[in-house]
Amino acid sequence: MEVLYEEEYRQIQEIVERLCRDANSKAVLLIDKNGQEIASSGEIENIDTTSLSSLTAGNVAATGGIARLLAEKEFTGQFHEGEHTNVHISIVAQRVILLVLFDQRTSLGLVRLRVKKASKDIQDILDAMSAKEHQQARPSIFEEITDEDIDNLFNDD
Amino acid sequence: MSFINYSSREINCKIVYYGPGLCGKTTNLQFIYQKTSPDARGKMVSLATETERTLFFDFLPLSMGDVHGFKARFHLYTVPGQVFYDASRKLILKGVDGVVFVADSQVERMEANMESLDNLRENLEEQGYNLDALPYVVQYNKQDLPNAAPMEELSKVLNPTKVPEFSAVATTGDGVFGTLKAVAKLVMMDLRKRK
Repeated sequence: MEVLYEEEYRQIQEIVERLCRDANSKAVLLIDKNGQEIASSGEIENIDTTSLSSLTAGNVAATGGIARLLAEKEFTGQFHEGEHTNVHISIVAQRVILLVLFDQRTSLGLVRLRVKKASKDIQDILDAMSAKEHQQARPSIFEEITDEDIDNLFNDD
Repeated sequence: MSFINYSSREINCKIVYYGPGLCGKTTNLQFIYQKTSPDARGKMVSLATETERTLFFDFLPLSMGDVHGFKARFHLYTVPGQVFYDASRKLILKGVDGVVFVADSQVERMEANMESLDNLRENLEEQGYNLDALPYVVQYNKQDLPNAAPMEELSKVLNPTKVPEFSAVATTGDGVFGTLKAVAKLVMMDLRKRK
């Protein structure tokens, strides 16, 4: 079970926003390897970020599969060039995926540079999260949820 | 792997529909998509070949209501059923929270069902999961066909551990939501147990 609490969410959201700004990109998404969106920033109103997250994770998983077949540890980055939008995909700390959408307002070089810095910052937060998890058990929403609540959720309407 | 986001107040879980080629996994998702109100579901994504066979996966995000102020969201995936897509199937099982095994009830597909079920067990084990410990239900699809084996016979072979099982006709939607609700409930119960 992966759990993201508000404090870490705010820190991660800040990094994602900063990356989007500093790289002059259209949008940035942070996605877990199973395809769940963690945070996003930029021009995402017209993008189906749920599908984008799932497809990106599928893409990364398939690329990881190819790497293993070729006895490579991992391909850490991917770049797709489009007519209007380019996509930069990278894996952070082997756990999460950073997706940057950008256009001619910036360059691949700048995106790569800013992604590198943001990846380091995200990794630090993830490491701190894991350390915290080991030190103290934090309250779980599932302590409040009863069997009856779950029954009610699936009752026929 | 489930993902609980305290900031957006969401519980996200992943359910995978598994089964032999042409058993009706995609049809299950298509029916759910058609019958769910647009505000409770996202777009259905299908990565399929030109002949509409699943190439990588189908994906359907679904909201199933609120529990204690948290949105229960389920991401439904299907795997490609054809034998030679095994590498893709393994990838899709990563981080799974619950499994639906869709069996093709036609007598002549029994061997394909058994092979797929063995393959499910093996692929899960490779990722460190044990099917017997996972939230898991079985659906016997195509029960309307004249050559469908009776449920009792299918159950004997395909459901020796007696997990919840459902008769279904996915093209008309019979048993589709029953199956989904059962596995989603098992997933939530399992999360509660592991809190």
